[in-house]
Amino acid sequence: MSIIVDKVSYCYSEDSAYKVQALKEVSLTIEDGEFIGIIGHTGSGKSTLIQHLNGLLKATSGHIYYNGQDIYDEDYNLKDLRNKVGMVFQYPEHQLFETTNFEDVCFGPKNQGLDKKEIELRAFEALRNVHFPEELFYQPPFDLSGGQKRRVAIAGVLAMHPEVLILDEPTAGLDPAGRDEILGLLAQMKRELGITIILVSHSMEDVAEYVDRLFVMNGGELMYEGAPKDVFRHYKELEEVGLAAPQVTYLMHELKEKGLNVDLDATTVDEAKQTILAALGR
Amino acid sequence: MIRDITIGQYYPANSIVHKLDPRVKLFATLLYIIALFVYKGLAGFILITGFLILAVKMSKVPLKFILKGLKAIVVLLVITASFNLLLTPGEVTFFKWGVFQVSDTGIRTAVMMMIRLIYLIIGTSLMTLTTTPNQLTDGLEKSLSPLNRINVPVHAIAMMMSIALRFIPILIEETDKIMKAQMARGADFDHGNIIQKAKAMVPILVPLFVSAFRRADDLAMAMEARCYNGGTGRTKMKPLKYTASDRVAYLVIIGFLAAVILLRIFVPYFG
Ligand SMILES: Nc1ncnc2c1ncn2[C@@H]1O[C@H](COP(=O)(O)OP(=O)(O)O)[C@@H](O)[C@H]1O
Ligand SMILES: [Mg+2]
Repeated sequence: MSIIVDKVSYCYSEDSAYKVQALKEVSLTIEDGEFIGIIGHTGSGKSTLIQHLNGLLKATSGHIYYNGQDIYDEDYNLKDLRNKVGMVFQYPEHQLFETTNFEDVCFGPKNQGLDKKEIELRAFEALRNVHFPEELFYQPPFDLSGGQKRRVAIAGVLAMHPEVLILDEPTAGLDPAGRDEILGLLAQMKRELGITIILVSHSMEDVAEYVDRLFVMNGGELMYEGAPKDVFRHYKELEEVGLAAPQVTYLMHELKEKGLNVDLDATTVDEAKQTILAALGR
Repeated sequence: MIRDITIGQYYPANSIVHKLDPRVKLFATLLYIIALFVYKGLAGFILITGFLILAVKMSKVPLKFILKGLKAIVVLLVITASFNLLLTPGEVTFFKWGVFQVSDTGIRTAVMMMIRLIYLIIGTSLMTLTTTPNQLTDGLEKSLSPLNRINVPVHAIAMMMSIALRFIPILIEETDKIMKAQMARGADFDHGNIIQKAKAMVPILVPLFVSAFRRADDLAMAMEARCYNGGTGRTKMKPLKYTASDRVAYLVIIGFLAAVILLRIFVPYFG
């Protein structure tokens, strides 16, 4: 059970004056149950890459295997794939259209052809899972706050019971509290529902704390992959491509220079606290 | 998918045609269209073809690009041509079946009509391909400014036009995004009968309208915040100014139309 991306390249507007090579021979593997982060500067190809994973875009060259099957095979059922690989787009609140939040969450399961009872059960569950307040279930989505709308949109995808959940910059445009809430929610869902989560972000701080493995994209190519602490060791190179390592990494390096024997791999505030205390001998 | 629409697309290049004043290009397009409907005879046809080839060459826009615009009207072309071909009576009839017939006049009008339509599309796309929407509306505003005196709100019309043009690609992009988002939730736009297909549009249209209204609101607010109050007393960052080549272009296009008219009067042979 895994996703294998094999030398995938993609061009937008292939035969026009505005041709853009958005992906260049990207290869990577994602295992079941992993929490993956994909980071990169704006325009580095993150959104393009993830839209390949559920077949919304078809690679100009290369292959994608889901659970060992080539999704570009003639007889491969893409609709089925989209049921298994859920995708929450950037600013997902812009896709809400039903008259009530509950109805909107029902849209996905309805398309899966489930019966009415099952649909409503799943919608209810999904809204509960994203901690959406029950008194708002039957209100129209259009006058909710941005963060609340985003919860509804995420619930809309969760209700389809995907095996893999992809989120494109789910924290964009949210305040720090909203950001922490959404990210905490994802970590909790991964723990409790055991689904694979792929989180796209351009902020290192976002991903450092939560993900198991990181892919760094740059100019349509895969630049680094590995555990966050391994990736952040390249913080100088990351800076050159317009990304910054978490602030904690910088702090650790500065402390080390000043002579304090701290662990340079600390990336979260918690780890930093531990290693500083240890270095001070407390 | 939906992005492949190319109507009104601009092709960036560094050519004499690109640099011409938009007013000249608007005027030239108008005269060119008149010429298309005025010409008669082989001589006129050769003149127009030569003019068109010259203009395309000078614009540095690849021919492939210009011809792409024709794809959109293939159906229209086929229908017009077959009506003309099959329904026009003439002196010599080659084939007759009920109301349908193929005659010499029919063939001639069908060919003429095809040529006119194709040349019309090529000529007008050449203008939009070499002029940015902003230049186009600027040119239109300036050309129509005399109408201000009879209380036509020229500036407002031009502003609405440029905003509308500016929003086309944004809305297309938005549609693309929303379609993908709903497809990811299992929406199906390709299958089913007409009613099912129409129903499937709801999840696209509602968010699209919501976002269009939101954008319109934001834009109006942003314009007001920057003290926009219509055209009165407003100056341009790049005021339109004629250069020597614009004057030459005016002379050329007027000469061209005059030549076409003279040819029609004095050598109206063939066609
Ligand atoms: N629909 C599109 N049409 C043409 N070019 C696009 C389109 N979407 C993205 N691009 C281009 O592809 C490149 C990668 O974009 P994207 O995958 O959206 O990057 P990211 O999500 O990392 O910001 C960019 O150069 C962008 O301009
Ligand atoms: Mg993106």
